[in-house]
Amino acid sequence: MVTPRALEHEFETQDLMINMGPQHPSTHGVFRMVLTIDGEVVRDVVPYVGYMHRGAEKLCETMDYRQGIGYMDRTEYLANFNAELSYVMAVEKLLDIDVPERAQWIRMILCELNRISSHFMFTGAFGTDVGVFGTAFTYSFIQREIVQDLFEEITGDRLMYAYFRPGGLAWEVTDNFVARVHEVLADMRQGVIDIDGLLTHNEIFVARTKGVGYISGQDAIDYGMSGPALRASGVDLDIRKAEPYLYYDQIDFDVPLGEHGDVYDRFVLRVEEIRQSIRIVEQCIERLQPGPIQPERMPRMLRTPPGEVYIRTEAPRGEYGIYLVSKGGNRPYRLKIRSACLSNLQALKHMTVGQYVADAVIVLGSIDIVLCEVDR
Amino acid sequence: MRGIAKSMLTTLSAFTRRPVTREYPERHRPIPERDRAFPILLWDQGIDEPFCTGCHACERACPVECMTVLMKDNPRHTSQGGNSSRRKIIDKFWIDYGRCMRCNICVEVCNFDAIAMNNTWQGHELSVYDRSDLVMDLPQLLSQHRQGNLKEWVAE
Repeated sequence: MVTPRALEHEFETQDLMINMGPQHPSTHGVFRMVLTIDGEVVRDVVPYVGYMHRGAEKLCETMDYRQGIGYMDRTEYLANFNAELSYVMAVEKLLDIDVPERAQWIRMILCELNRISSHFMFTGAFGTDVGVFGTAFTYSFIQREIVQDLFEEITGDRLMYAYFRPGGLAWEVTDNFVARVHEVLADMRQGVIDIDGLLTHNEIFVARTKGVGYISGQDAIDYGMSGPALRASGVDLDIRKAEPYLYYDQIDFDVPLGEHGDVYDRFVLRVEEIRQSIRIVEQCIERLQPGPIQPERMPRMLRTPPGEVYIRTEAPRGEYGIYLVSKGGNRPYRLKIRSACLSNLQALKHMTVGQYVADAVIVLGSIDIVLCEVDR
Repeated sequence: MRGIAKSMLTTLSAFTRRPVTREYPERHRPIPERDRAFPILLWDQGIDEPFCTGCHACERACPVECMTVLMKDNPRHTSQGGNSSRRKIIDKFWIDYGRCMRCNICVEVCNFDAIAMNNTWQGHELSVYDRSDLVMDLPQLLSQHRQGNLKEWVAE
């Protein structure tokens, strides 16, 4: 095969810089990258982030612990429960309080359902990136809406739940919670079958995504990637298994791993994760017992002792960490969000250079970034 | 080829399913009773005055500072010859709905159960042409519950 580089002298071609974004629809938010292209081949990528920067970390320093929960929702708007969980767990660790068992199980159920809805969002958006215009997107969104409806019934809001509290939950779940979760899970199983039928085994889709955007396991580790994007390269790191939080150590589930580290593996792995999440929720529902959802004695205003904690949890996009420093009082002295999307995005150049321009979009889509989380 | 055929079959099978969308402006989805639209003030139907005493608790707890509260002496307090047990009562109250982030904290901190999140469709359909129209004053905040439009839900 004659590479464009070899033909360069013959035709005296020169590289072209094109700007993609920040308003491009397949950048999943406001993300800009400047591509240097040689014909159809990408030679260099310079990503620009920060269009969505709102200073969530700094804002949280000006408000007390309960008020900060609302801002966690807004940093990670596709997996709000996972973001809230990291934050409240960090506060709980500082305060050294025990969370009632029922609250922990409900947290687990909601986080896993949120993972399902987030991954369905990915499959839909990724389908659109690849070129399956609309079909996969609408099929995925049907499933996502079903989960979202359940969350709305429990928390009162479709997207910005603000439902977890340091110590437990804000209020009790609905009376028909268990029955509703079973209903939702039945729909999710159908959704996975749909997505498998539409995309996973579709020859056109496979031809489009196999072998694109390769990254080796070692490189992925070096870039600090985490979550499905890392596991697709065959690195077995899932914080739910490696450092179990909540009650993940009592639950039986598998961590799917990819082999090739390409875009297709990242897609298939997420579909497989939906199946595993369904399994986890099923087991959690069985162990759910009546009981309190808040500790018996909770102060009205939380005041933490001085200290610092780092809590990391496995959000759908990878490790969502909260580094919290307290110097006493009712608000954090410093709050740092370790965003999985920002770290995963660093590998974009590695994965895109040498590929075609059209592949740049699907590589970006396969990382599954949420720009609000990247910029905070 | 088998994969493509399977894709087509998946799409075809959707014909047998029920539609999931609604024709929104004509048909409204029933919304759950916990639904949080925007905060409104509650009306004490028994004594015919607001529950709110203007204690500033919600104003101080609000993360985005969207509230402005002013209190006054209650002219209908028993000492003034009225039938109300509230010594102080709300004078003026503004909530900027354009700023509100609907976090439910004002409802949680209220000692008098005087504020609630609107859980009706009227609370959601608030499109205006001017941003300043989103600043709600006291009569607007009270009107919903005064007319009895609110489905009541109290968090345990």
